[in-house]
Amino acid sequence: MSELIKLVEATIENRKQEYPEFKAGDTINVHVKIREGNKERVQQFQGTVIQRRNLNDVGETFTVRKVSNGIGVERIFPILSPSIAKIELLRRGKVRRARLFFLRGRQGKAARIKELKTTK
Amino acid sequence: MLNCKFLTLHSVFKNRLIPAILKHNKMSGLIGKKIGMTSLYNADGQALACTVIQAGPCVVTQVRSEEKDGYSALQLGFGEKKEKNTTKPMLGHFKKANTTPKQKLVEFKYFEEEHELGKALTIQDIFIEGEFVDVVGTAKGRGFQGVVKRHGFAGVGGQTHGQHNRARHPGSIGACSFPSRVFKGIRMAGRMGNNRVKIQNLRILKLIPEQNLLVVSGSVPGSKNSFVIIEK
Repeated sequence: MSELIKLVEATIENRKQEYPEFKAGDTINVHVKIREGNKERVQQFQGTVIQRRNLNDVGETFTVRKVSNGIGVERIFPILSPSIAKIELLRRGKVRRARLFFLRGRQGKAARIKELKTTK
Repeated sequence: MLNCKFLTLHSVFKNRLIPAILKHNKMSGLIGKKIGMTSLYNADGQALACTVIQAGPCVVTQVRSEEKDGYSALQLGFGEKKEKNTTKPMLGHFKKANTTPKQKLVEFKYFEEEHELGKALTIQDIFIEGEFVDVVGTAKGRGFQGVVKRHGFAGVGGQTHGQHNRARHPGSIGACSFPSRVFKGIRMAGRMGNNRVKIQNLRILKLIPEQNLLVVSGSVPGSKNSFVIIEK
């Protein structure tokens, strides 16, 4: 890619280092800033990361899936988005693939992901 | 009446922050090169697709005046060119302006201030962040294309009911023994692209004067490294 484009992209505030490292299978809690008129409030979106796309690019996004009142909800966040206030890593998951789209077809017990336990 | 209204608007806003479409074909601007696309975020946290253009510095290569040419305009030059690839008449033209040969020359009909021959104009002289500009470029050539792609025809829409090989065909191009000819201007398949296209009212999101970079929201016609004209 052109050096000049990188120069433009460097003007975007990059807060990626403030976020914990996470990958597909992890359960995270995303704090999203929402503006209503002049007021700003923070909404939380907690769920499983089912994919991360365009890693290390300004267009990098991640998809979080949760089941809300029995309905699957997925939300795509650009990782550099200024509306993300905070990301909390709640649980590491043990998965064998990078994209967990198979979760979409599963419900209840079948949609569980094993926890990744790191040995000390 | 309408004219007056626009003219006052013109003077009030001093040519800034109003859509170029309100500005009576009068234009100042610069020549640039399309670098590529990326995305930026606005204050609301929305990602905006944007195009990076390297514009200027453009050298004034000729000053057209009312007395001599019947109209006033500035001819600007952009992009370096080898001397051996320049014709002798053009070499003389550049020599008058006391500059090196330029690849692209464009006339701009309206500049607020007067500029001298040989002066280099940069983006800071012309544009400010947040204002609207028009961008002109040469669209990518698409070759010979059918009517669905070229003119947005809907095609047949189905594969059953007796259709077998005409899903993207234009259908009828006229009536019967009257008028017993095809009217001029009927849209048909043919060469597409490689024509001059102007995109109006693109907002300038960012200026980086050190590298002469201009970031406009949205897309701009043409391929990377092609010349574009930024008018305002």
